[in-house]
Amino acid sequence: MNAGLIDRIHGPDVELTHTILYVDGVSVTFDGFRALNKLSLVLKHGEMRAIIGPNGAGKTTMMDVITGKTKCDTGDVMFDGHVDLRKLDEASIANLGIGRKFQKPTVFESQTVQDNLLLAMAGPRSARASLFGWRNRLSDDLYDRTLETVGLKDHRHRMAGDLSHGQKQWLEIGMLLAQDPKLLLVDEPVAGMTDHETMETAHLLRRINETHAVVVVEHDMHFVRELGCKVTCLHEGSVLAEGTIDAVSANERVVEVYLGR
Amino acid sequence: MIMSAFLRRIDGLGWVFLAVVLAAALIVPVLHFAMPPDSPFHMPIHAVSLWGKYLAYALLAISLDLVWGYCGILSLGHGAFFALGGYAMGMYLMRQIGTRGVYAHPELPDFMVFLNWKELPFTWWGFDFFPYAMVMALLAPGALAFVFGWFAFRSRVTGVYLSIITQALTFALLLAFFRNDMGFGGNNGLTDFKDILGFNIQAPETRVALFSFTALALAAGYLIARAMVTSAYGKVLIAIRDAESRVRFLGYRVEHYKLVAFTVSAMMAGVAGALYVPQVGIINPSEFAPANSIEAVIWVAVGGRGTLVGAALGAVLVNFAKTWLTGALPEVWLFALGALFIVVTLFLPRGVIGTWQHWRRQAADKKAANAPEKSPDSPAVEGATP
Repeated sequence: MNAGLIDRIHGPDVELTHTILYVDGVSVTFDGFRALNKLSLVLKHGEMRAIIGPNGAGKTTMMDVITGKTKCDTGDVMFDGHVDLRKLDEASIANLGIGRKFQKPTVFESQTVQDNLLLAMAGPRSARASLFGWRNRLSDDLYDRTLETVGLKDHRHRMAGDLSHGQKQWLEIGMLLAQDPKLLLVDEPVAGMTDHETMETAHLLRRINETHAVVVVEHDMHFVRELGCKVTCLHEGSVLAEGTIDAVSANERVVEVYLGR
Repeated sequence: MIMSAFLRRIDGLGWVFLAVVLAAALIVPVLHFAMPPDSPFHMPIHAVSLWGKYLAYALLAISLDLVWGYCGILSLGHGAFFALGGYAMGMYLMRQIGTRGVYAHPELPDFMVFLNWKELPFTWWGFDFFPYAMVMALLAPGALAFVFGWFAFRSRVTGVYLSIITQALTFALLLAFFRNDMGFGGNNGLTDFKDILGFNIQAPETRVALFSFTALALAAGYLIARAMVTSAYGKVLIAIRDAESRVRFLGYRVEHYKLVAFTVSAMMAGVAGALYVPQVGIINPSEFAPANSIEAVIWVAVGGRGTLVGAALGAVLVNFAKTWLTGALPEVWLFALGALFIVVTLFLPRGVIGTWQHWRRQAADKKAANAPEKSPDSPAVEGATP
């Protein structure tokens, strides 16, 4: 495996086995359009990373590649230092411990908040297990901690479709918590949220990061600053700049890309 | 223990449904046998079999609702599974004719003698044995659904494309069963049945018993479907219906879930077909006609998909109307059916039961809204947009 990349980014003290996510030289082409162009990204265990970049920079495609929705043409995608994600489908990747929150809040609208959490909750996923297994015998208080964390305790029996936009985003984060993945991929969590909700979300993600590795894709620089983590700026499918929020936002090329030339 | 798990999951509407169906299983024999023929409460034997047919259709509708209403698989070929179950029963009934056929052959059914066949094809082996025939009524549709679903769901064929290939499936079977050399009676199908389990199939006692068995099977089918859709499995099914790719990213193997629902549903449809055939006295390839499967979809739409009880109700309502209308104005029926589908789609998209449930939920919400506010939003979402 290419140790050179890790050396370049983290110095020689970080090895592949210490990474939760290792993306190296990944390219994806759709009908001649290069969505990802030799993208490389390394995430250590327990790290939080914010991904920024203008529209079409490849942020969502990158998540698609990691979660198995899109297959990459070239490059390596390794999870937890040793699992090759390129060969696996969505369900297997999710079961390895990669959770994903979509850009548009996608909760199961015709089911209650509690049932949404039930569906997400970690545990056997087979049809037989769900017909006869423990998922049918959960007590209500099992949900309490998650519902409290995301502030939806009073809404547990409401239909998820009746929640406000912000509440849906929170429910989706709650579902990720219930799923308890090793790595969370969070796509634009604060889109459409009020300032207050945005700050609460940043706070929540920081708390989640105490026990999980997190990748956050976001446009809102205010929010990214609040996360206080390393920032990677993508442009045209590859990494343009990486570092602290101050370093990245001071980077001339980043400014150029964001403001247009 | 298992029974109590079943019963706990039935709602008020389900209890009403079960009560009606089980009451029918008990009362219809009384209405036929205990009431004198001139009494207004007397139920003539042809009406008993007619209602038995409706109930078999209701079971088919519940099986279709399980995949369409809860999993979003719009099968336009469920009539194929129904017909396969019907053929399994028909083959048993043919073997029971024995030497009473026109050609009085001890082993071969009349049509085989007519075709100059010398021995029973292997597909017919064992069908003189009732339990084997009943197992086949379950297994043949189940196996077909399993193989079909395995390929379709694994290749992620969904929506209208899936509907079209289910339609093609039933049409292909229609053509195949039309052929004499398939060995299932060709164009004429199987008919002229004499006995079932040693009882004369024409006797009122047998026909009333068939009605009651159909009612019991309908109740059992409802209980199984209800247990499935209210379990965690059912929650996954509904989630698949509403946001399939999201379910994949949660780690569920969507294709397995669909396959289980589709196979169970096909087997249920097979049982419905097996109960239908002895009551109507014939099974022929026209049961595979795509129009039959589409009609079943209309029953479910009329009653309300995703309600189970609604599907059964829709089947009975539409078929009751069909019996009446094809008697009174035969040429109008197909137009009426088409109009019904359009009207339901435009003005009653939830169907009869679905609309009723929606009203009740709205009334309950209104009541809750008028009650004094008890729980303010938690601090975390205080700033939520109104």
